[in-house]
Amino acid sequence: MRLKGAQILCEGLLREGVEVIFGFPGGTVLPLYDTLPQYPKLRHILVRHEQGAAHAADGYARATGKVGVCLATSGPGATNLVTGIAGAHLDSSPMVAITGQVARAFIGKDAFQEVDITGITLPITKHNYLVTKASDIARVVKEAFYLASTGRPGPVLIDIPRDVFVEEAEFSYPENIDLPGYKPTLMGHPAQIKKAARLINGASRPIIVAGRGVTISDANTELKELAEKAQIPVVTTLLGIGSFPEDHVLSFGMLGMHGMAYANLAIGAADVLIALGMRFDDRATARVSDFAPRARVVHIDIDPAEIGKNVSVEVPIVGDVKTVLGALNKEIAVGSRLDWIRHVEQWRHEHPCVLIRESEKLLPQYVVRSIYEATRGNAVIVTGVGQNQMWAAQHFWYTKPRGFISSGGLGAMGFELPAALGAQIGCPRETVWCIAGDGGFQMTMQELATIVQENSPVKIAIMNNGFLGMVRQWQELFYKRNYVGTPLWGPDYVKIADAYGIPAVRVTQKDVVRSAIKQAMASDGPFLIDFSVEPEENVYPMVPPGASLAEYMEAPQECVAPVDSVTLPASNL
Amino acid sequence: MNSKHVLVALVQDEPGVLNRVASLFRRRGFNIDSIAVGHTETPRTSRVTVVVDSGTGDVEQVRKQFEKLVDVTKVSDLTEESIVARELALIKVKATAFTRSEIMQIVDIFRANIVDVAADSVIVEVTGDEDKVESLYQLLRGFGVKELARTGRLAMTRGGLGPLPVEETEAQRLKKPRP
Ligand SMILES: Cc1cc2nc3c(=O)[nH]c(=O)nc-3n(C[C@H](O)[C@H](O)[C@H](O)COP(=O)(O)OP(=O)(O)OC[C@H]3O[C@@H](n4cnc5c(N)ncnc54)[C@H](O)[C@@H]3O)c2cc1C
Ligand SMILES: Cc1ncc(C[n+]2csc(CCOP(=O)(O)OP(=O)(O)O)c2C)c(N)n1
Repeated sequence: MRLKGAQILCEGLLREGVEVIFGFPGGTVLPLYDTLPQYPKLRHILVRHEQGAAHAADGYARATGKVGVCLATSGPGATNLVTGIAGAHLDSSPMVAITGQVARAFIGKDAFQEVDITGITLPITKHNYLVTKASDIARVVKEAFYLASTGRPGPVLIDIPRDVFVEEAEFSYPENIDLPGYKPTLMGHPAQIKKAARLINGASRPIIVAGRGVTISDANTELKELAEKAQIPVVTTLLGIGSFPEDHVLSFGMLGMHGMAYANLAIGAADVLIALGMRFDDRATARVSDFAPRARVVHIDIDPAEIGKNVSVEVPIVGDVKTVLGALNKEIAVGSRLDWIRHVEQWRHEHPCVLIRESEKLLPQYVVRSIYEATRGNAVIVTGVGQNQMWAAQHFWYTKPRGFISSGGLGAMGFELPAALGAQIGCPRETVWCIAGDGGFQMTMQELATIVQENSPVKIAIMNNGFLGMVRQWQELFYKRNYVGTPLWGPDYVKIADAYGIPAVRVTQKDVVRSAIKQAMASDGPFLIDFSVEPEENVYPMVPPGASLAEYMEAPQECVAPVDSVTLPASNL
Repeated sequence: MNSKHVLVALVQDEPGVLNRVASLFRRRGFNIDSIAVGHTETPRTSRVTVVVDSGTGDVEQVRKQFEKLVDVTKVSDLTEESIVARELALIKVKATAFTRSEIMQIVDIFRANIVDVAADSVIVEVTGDEDKVESLYQLLRGFGVKELARTGRLAMTRGGLGPLPVEETEAQRLKKPRP
């Protein structure tokens, strides 16, 4: 069958199960747009800025586990994708980005809207392609989706010159993939698995650190089995949130710079640390030379380059977490480590980091907690970056995977709104809450238009503190309150929402938080709440930059008094 | 321990692959001492020999990142292996009627060749390990070197073990003291 390049691309996308493309048109992709109506199963969602397309594709991918697809024209369209591609790369999110390129004859001539996007994205993609003939498109699409979604997932960019879209070629979709340089290891080495089991079985104070790899490999059941069978407390990284149910008695929250004090203390005391699909990011480890000083480390990760990169490992196992845990769990002895668990539990009582202090003020933590209570935890939370992100991580109990979506490695402000849109498009039946900072919201709020155009029922909570809050917190703590460049004027967000036709309310009083959230949830479509939260509230605990996990600062005393009939979730053990 | 590491990689002949390799070393903060690329016995496969200074970082980490490139099939660190390593250099040396015979003597001692003779210069071709090339170059500098071109190191393991050594186990690779 002879088809044009654009048709071959669409045929490939269909065969890869693509349903949605987040895109924005322009000259070089016009032939592709001209072809899209022939493929009504490919839903095109028109964003308002290509950064939004990339974040939306990323949000879609994180919420569904499927590959997110974004599309942009050459030149400025392609460069606008860059932030979103970098974010997907650092957080191992499966994405295929398609860009138009100037026609082949113009490449290298500094033609109108020509940029070397494969060169630009070289270090922030898992792989990328410049397609030079239509007969290559089918193979490239097949490879791109395979690379994006297997092994350690990541973004793959396909750059297609304008004239290749209209060139004809014989179409047949390849069955097989020939990539001799790409063979991810899935099975762990049996001898290493035995060694890990021996180490774990002999441990008296083991701890599991679960990362995003657990969610990626869908290993939640296996993780639970390991923890329960051997009675091992579980902490997670920021991106590992939800990989282990946070209402479980063995769950001890997040570790790291803004991790729970008890999680960090447990890391310090552990004799064996089992790291699952996590990459020892410096926000998670704090000063790495003092990370888990007493622990012998087992590290299970699919990417050999992650092993030994930041922390030296006694038992490395390269493989897929799910597959490896499947084998490892068989070798694990049923254990009871009550003393150790009681010990960590005791720390939890002594350091009640998740308690919110009694206050008449509108505390952002209280807003997050109220969303938790209103949704009973049954929601997908997509966050911005900064304080709002940390409170969303700390004050909501995530019980299922893919319920917490956040830009971790890149920490890209402006992720929240487009990623929430992407998550909602991917999971139409879920309640999606976008928890935004007023700074991040102003970076990508143009996507409100996309949300309306797609009638996507995203609920938006702006944690409006009138500051670039997280940076202000650093200025307060480490720069003598020299608030330079952080006080942030913003528009009237209720009026903004109104202008877009989105119902909205402003909440300035604590006593109406719950009713506003209820109102948002009762609304069929999108809804925005502008929460005027306490402007100078800080995120605690906090490990100061350069310090070790043990050197966390807790909220000043008056801040930790118990409150408000907060019900800790019942354990399910 | 040798601070120069020899990494040998087999890569697919895809456009831009050299760019990917160079970009990776730059991004991970390594300086490349030399890089040599050429075809192999297998069609569509090239061999890249990179010499890096371990003083600039953790070579094992960069080796793994190198191997992760999709167009790269395998990367081995041959530093500790028994290998044959050679480099070729062309050296254009000023030569007059008076100095030419002296230059030829030195070239003979080094088992190098004179491959071009002009009125006022000769081109010397030398093959050998870097020390040999370097010593010859230093000696010839006395006559005035007009141009120097070096290929960078090529390396191959001795014996019948095939193009690259058998893979070591992950555990061996990671045998490294805790910080
Ligand atoms: C303001 C701010 C504050 C932050 N504070 C904290 C903090 O306090 N604590 C914290 O933890 N983080 C914090 N972060 C996030 C931090 O920067 C990292 O993004 C995060 O720690 C990374 O978590 P991860 O290693 O689990 O996930 P990733 O970075 O996504 O790494 C996933 C790992 O899993 C592996 N993997 C993927 N698939 C598989 C598979 N199938 N099988 C096995 N392995 C697989 C990958 O190779 C990779 O090594 C903060 C970020 C920001 C912006
Ligand atoms: C694109 C981008 N620019 C700058 C930063 C640095 N930064 C980290 S947190 C933060 C403040 C975020 O402010 P806001 O969105 O209002 O959220 P808050 O911390 O107040 O909750 C800034 C500026 C960033 N993470 N991303």
